[in-house]
Amino acid sequence: MISTTPGFTIAVDDPSVSPAVTVVRVEGRLEFGEAVAIWSEANRLLVSQTSARVDFDLSRVTSVDGAAMALLVHVRHRLQDTGKRSEFVGASPSVQDIVHLYEGDAHLPPRPKRKAESTLSQVGRGTMHVLEEGQLVFAFFGQMIISAIATIRAPRSANWKDVTPTMERTGADAVPIVLLINFLIGFVMAFQGAVQLKQFGANIFVADLVGASMTRELGPLMTAIIVCGRSGAAFAAELGSMKVSEEIDALRTMGFGAMRYLVLPRALALVLVMPVLTLLADFVGILGGLVVGLLSLDLTIAGYVLETRKALHPWDIYSGLIKSIVFALAIALIACQQGLATTGGAEGVGRRTTSSVVTILFSLILLDAGFTVLFHAFNL
Amino acid sequence: MTGDIMVRVAGLRVGWDDVVLQESATFDVARGDVFAILGGSGCGKSTLLRYLIGLEQPTEGTVFVTGIGAPLLEVGRPPFGVMFQSGALIGSMTVGENVGLPLHEWTDLPVDAVAAIVRAKLRLVGLPGVMDKLPSELSGGMKKRAAIARAMALEPNLIFLDEPSAGLDPVSACELDELILTLNRRLGLTVVVVTHELPSIFKIVSRCIMLDRESRSIIAAGDPRALRDDCSDPRVRRFFHRSSKEES
Repeated sequence: MISTTPGFTIAVDDPSVSPAVTVVRVEGRLEFGEAVAIWSEANRLLVSQTSARVDFDLSRVTSVDGAAMALLVHVRHRLQDTGKRSEFVGASPSVQDIVHLYEGDAHLPPRPKRKAESTLSQVGRGTMHVLEEGQLVFAFFGQMIISAIATIRAPRSANWKDVTPTMERTGADAVPIVLLINFLIGFVMAFQGAVQLKQFGANIFVADLVGASMTRELGPLMTAIIVCGRSGAAFAAELGSMKVSEEIDALRTMGFGAMRYLVLPRALALVLVMPVLTLLADFVGILGGLVVGLLSLDLTIAGYVLETRKALHPWDIYSGLIKSIVFALAIALIACQQGLATTGGAEGVGRRTTSSVVTILFSLILLDAGFTVLFHAFNL
Repeated sequence: MTGDIMVRVAGLRVGWDDVVLQESATFDVARGDVFAILGGSGCGKSTLLRYLIGLEQPTEGTVFVTGIGAPLLEVGRPPFGVMFQSGALIGSMTVGENVGLPLHEWTDLPVDAVAAIVRAKLRLVGLPGVMDKLPSELSGGMKKRAAIARAMALEPNLIFLDEPSAGLDPVSACELDELILTLNRRLGLTVVVVTHELPSIFKIVSRCIMLDRESRSIIAAGDPRALRDDCSDPRVRRFFHRSSKEES
């Protein structure tokens, strides 16, 4: 059983000579450049060894570098883990120095084997994690309420100067994308609806379909999704970066609570801009429907507008605005909570930003479903 | 608590969850001291500092700071200043806005007066003319100086510095040491500093404690020069003489 590659040789003595002790004879120069060959040779020759003791005879090793020795030491540890005795023997003083440096002569305690976690346990752990995260968000919401009450009692303590720039970033800067997306949503919905309604000669009801859907559901929801992607992610990343660079701690030591100084201005700005963005979304969504009506359904502008006015009730718009305010609170709350919970440097910021967007999207759908059930229950 | 004690720590457990870094830390910081918390990496120096400045609340033991008792944050004007290891200047604000932040929050000074104080503080730390720069435009040493200016904004008589010299070139580190000494001697500022930079320790520190990771306790306290020359504890000697276990 001899294996030779350029520069070194690893050979195992014939087991019939001495079945109790296997001697692995290593010769030549063991260098990093041949690490792959050393690794595969050592593992291949040792995989079938049944002796209670496996020694590595290094007496003919002329030189060895750190990487090669690290691999041999690892192989020795693996043998020890399986209950075998294993030593490096016969090394020259210079090679023995490297053996010692890499703890090849140390007797390490057996490494505890990690037990594979069962699927049920993983599901349980994941569920507990979700519940704990939910608990943290609710606790954060409670702190936000307390902080908001304290701010109402002492308005001078609020960080008002951050509200306007945040409104500009989250509101004014988002207008183009909100207009474009919602126009296309209205356009597509009208187009799909028209295909069906045409069959019954009910073209005009496209206006009802688009009007009601945009104001009650899609306007607030699509706007919230866009704001989540833009501002929610930005809040989480911004606060997360501040957290890992100790800026939040610095603010706290100067007497600025993160809730009062950072979270409330963002939440207030979103609550103020989201209804405006939602109204714009409603308008351009209906406009998208109108374009389809004009181009492919032979409707007139006056006819489409009249039908939309007949179909829409003030509550349709109000319900969308109520939703938008709750969505705004959810986005600000979750994004800021996730940002402030960031640990672990740049990687942690990325993880929390992703987590905040996913959690917000899930919460928006959940809240929207809740509103639908609630409004239906009260015949609204 | 006597009038000469600025910080008193008694039986403090330092750590989090099940991790205990120090089991029962007990020490006092006297008024006018430059007091250092020393020790190797992972012994709990910076975590202990977080307890002293109120970022962590003790689960065992007590921390008292003169004038406020237990340090609780966000309940009023902070009685001490803190400089974090990275400086922790708010990246979206100019240096001037950073230094003026606590003044705007905790005083009724008009904008002009705040600007005058900010300029003076920045001159004091050797940073004239950087008021309108962003933190990202400053070098590491300048950021730390600006952070000291911010920590000094409300005229505290106690300041905490987390590894002020870490990551600085020898000249910048030396200049920062001079600044700390000046603040201590001329303004009577009590300074608590977390560090393991030996040149800084021998230059500025009047009293110190040394934390040990393995025994999870304070293994030495006193004048660092005396500890270097006289202490028989091998762990202390290794630290002050920069020697490894093998060498000693």
